[in-house]
Amino acid sequence: MKKTVIFGALTVAGLAAGAAGAATLDDVKARGKLNCGVTTGLAGFAAPNANGEWEGFDVAVCRAVAAAVLGDKNAVEFVPTTGKTRFTALASGEIDFLARNTTWTFSRDTDLKFDFIGVNYYDGQGFMVPKALGVSSAKDLDGATVCIQTGTTTELNLADFFRKNNISYEPVPVETNAEGQQQYLAGACDTYTTDASGLAATRATFETPGDHVLLPEIISKEPLGPLVRHGDNEWGDITRWVLNALIAAEELGITSANIEEMTGNTNNPEIARLLGTEGTLGEMIGLDNEWAKRAIMAEGNYGEIFAKNIGEETPIGLARGLNAQWTDGGLLYAPPVR
Amino acid sequence: MTTFSDPPKASFRPSMLLSDTRYRSITFQVIALALLVTAIWYLGSNLAANLRAAGLNISFQFLGNPAGYDINQTLIPYTSQSSNLQAAWVGIINTLLVSFLACVTATIFGVIAGVLRLSNNWLVRKLMAGYVEIFRNIPVLIWILIIYTIMTAAMPAPSAFRGDDPASTMMLGSFAFTNRGVYIPGPVWGPGSMIVMATFVASVIGVFAYRRYATKLLYDTGRLLPMLWPSVAILLLPTIIMFFIMGMPIGLDYPALKGFNFRGGIQIGAPLIALWFALSIYTGAFIAENVRAGIQAVSRGQSEAAAALGLRPGRVMNLVVLPQALRVIIPPLISNYLNITKNSSLAILVGYADITATLGGITLNQTGRAIECVVLLMLFYLVISLGISMVMNVYNNATKLKER
Repeated sequence: MKKTVIFGALTVAGLAAGAAGAATLDDVKARGKLNCGVTTGLAGFAAPNANGEWEGFDVAVCRAVAAAVLGDKNAVEFVPTTGKTRFTALASGEIDFLARNTTWTFSRDTDLKFDFIGVNYYDGQGFMVPKALGVSSAKDLDGATVCIQTGTTTELNLADFFRKNNISYEPVPVETNAEGQQQYLAGACDTYTTDASGLAATRATFETPGDHVLLPEIISKEPLGPLVRHGDNEWGDITRWVLNALIAAEELGITSANIEEMTGNTNNPEIARLLGTEGTLGEMIGLDNEWAKRAIMAEGNYGEIFAKNIGEETPIGLARGLNAQWTDGGLLYAPPVR
Repeated sequence: MTTFSDPPKASFRPSMLLSDTRYRSITFQVIALALLVTAIWYLGSNLAANLRAAGLNISFQFLGNPAGYDINQTLIPYTSQSSNLQAAWVGIINTLLVSFLACVTATIFGVIAGVLRLSNNWLVRKLMAGYVEIFRNIPVLIWILIIYTIMTAAMPAPSAFRGDDPASTMMLGSFAFTNRGVYIPGPVWGPGSMIVMATFVASVIGVFAYRRYATKLLYDTGRLLPMLWPSVAILLLPTIIMFFIMGMPIGLDYPALKGFNFRGGIQIGAPLIALWFALSIYTGAFIAENVRAGIQAVSRGQSEAAAALGLRPGRVMNLVVLPQALRVIIPPLISNYLNITKNSSLAILVGYADITATLGGITLNQTGRAIECVVLLMLFYLVISLGISMVMNVYNNATKLKER
């Protein structure tokens, strides 16, 4: 009898894996909806607004993909995932696309059988402490209690950082950002560590954000990007180029405001190719020629998405920094659209 | 069943497999077994095929790789460079620790509440009924959260103990109650402390021997020896004398605020306390009902007869009612202990590093070896649960009605 329990669990895994492997594009089209994995709620990146509609930096990427593939930016089913459930959800086929502040690492790309389609936010792990603590550097945190989201790369970076600097700490594992925030504010931990962008987003939701500071040390590289299952290269190409189109659009000066005007009269052949008035790029990835136009119109180009959700005008207040276009000294560099 | 004639002899026809009651049940069992085997085979091969298609394989090599993460409560040596297997051991020991502690306290809560529910005092009776109904009718998950949230929100942070005029002070100068846990003085073992401990263990055995002797004397001769004070004396005196003979080898290490946290002494983390308390108080409510049912299952005639023989009420309970009630209490108590062990897997909710949190949580997540980790987890809980059942069944056999 006990044996059947084991096989029962294997079954779930077995049946779930059955969904993977098929052509994702066909599945999405047949379903008429894109299943997109996002966080359970991180202001600015993915969180439902007052009307219950998901919005944010990662959400915008999902909407752009839906607009390109299905022609409707609202044809997205958002699936909230935690740091622990996200990979299982993607591997099992429960979601088609994971846009959840996920760090691109070697083992995730290879051993876990995923494909990162690019980087939509260059981040690094930081520490937030209450000002009253009087700490000015992460190296002063010897013996501190640290709140940390489990199942993340930050958990491993944290262990490495403290070991490297030969100081000790006591981890308090938390499941979600909301839980970490609660523990941190209650004083159950001295410092909260996660990606610096996430810390800024979390701090923005505090009652008195001014009482908390981000320490200057950035202890890791965290290239955050959307990912898809390994093995379905067509789907990987589509999503990769939707993201690239958003980045290229900013570089080329295409915005959601001027896109209609540009479609008709542009002398720049690259813009014409991107917007589908020239060439057959859409055909090459199994879509129509206006795919990129729809993607850009969904939530705007990369710069617009950044400014609207997490930019300096928003409560999150992140500077472009590394996430500026390469022409402005940042790391964003879309390959040529041709 | 009425038989009108002799049963037909040795004329087996295939149709009898269904029509004849002698064969029908066997037929159905064979069919059910075949279906079950087919289903398992189908699911297993489906799993294997899908894993192959996804380019994945079942491998337990990850257990030997460095875990890479830190754990806040480790009873055995562990660093972030230890293997995933070591992390799993840390989790197993933490699971066993919280399960054991919760089983003990749940039993104490349950027995007290169960006996008091039958009290003649209206207020006590109703209070205990309220305890049982409130605690067993709210999911344990919510109790764990409530208790942990209250602990972290209501208790002072360690920083409140800092400064010349701190908001909080340590109790008796040696106990600190913070929202990260309780810090108590811990023993420091000096040379010769093993002899003191050995003396203590010998004293414990001595107490049992004395009580056995006293009981035997009572049954043989009817002479009643004093129990309490000699037991206490045997338990403590030799150890204390040995402690001074050896030159006080066991000292106390007091916790003190150093840097961000208290250091020194023994730290009992807030997650452990919250989980322990929530599990005990929740399961205690179930055990209380078992105890009450057990006591009420003993017929009134038994206690009336005992009273008629002149036994005092305390003795009636101890010598007549409880031994008989135990026969009813033990079997459901086993399942309550099993529940505690399995419910302890909710530990990750409050950041307690049990086996589900280490092997089934962080390791699973960082290595992506979901199937392997889940299979190991199931094996662990199965082994532990069967182990508890076995031990408790031995005890059950010792207390159950001896039929001669």
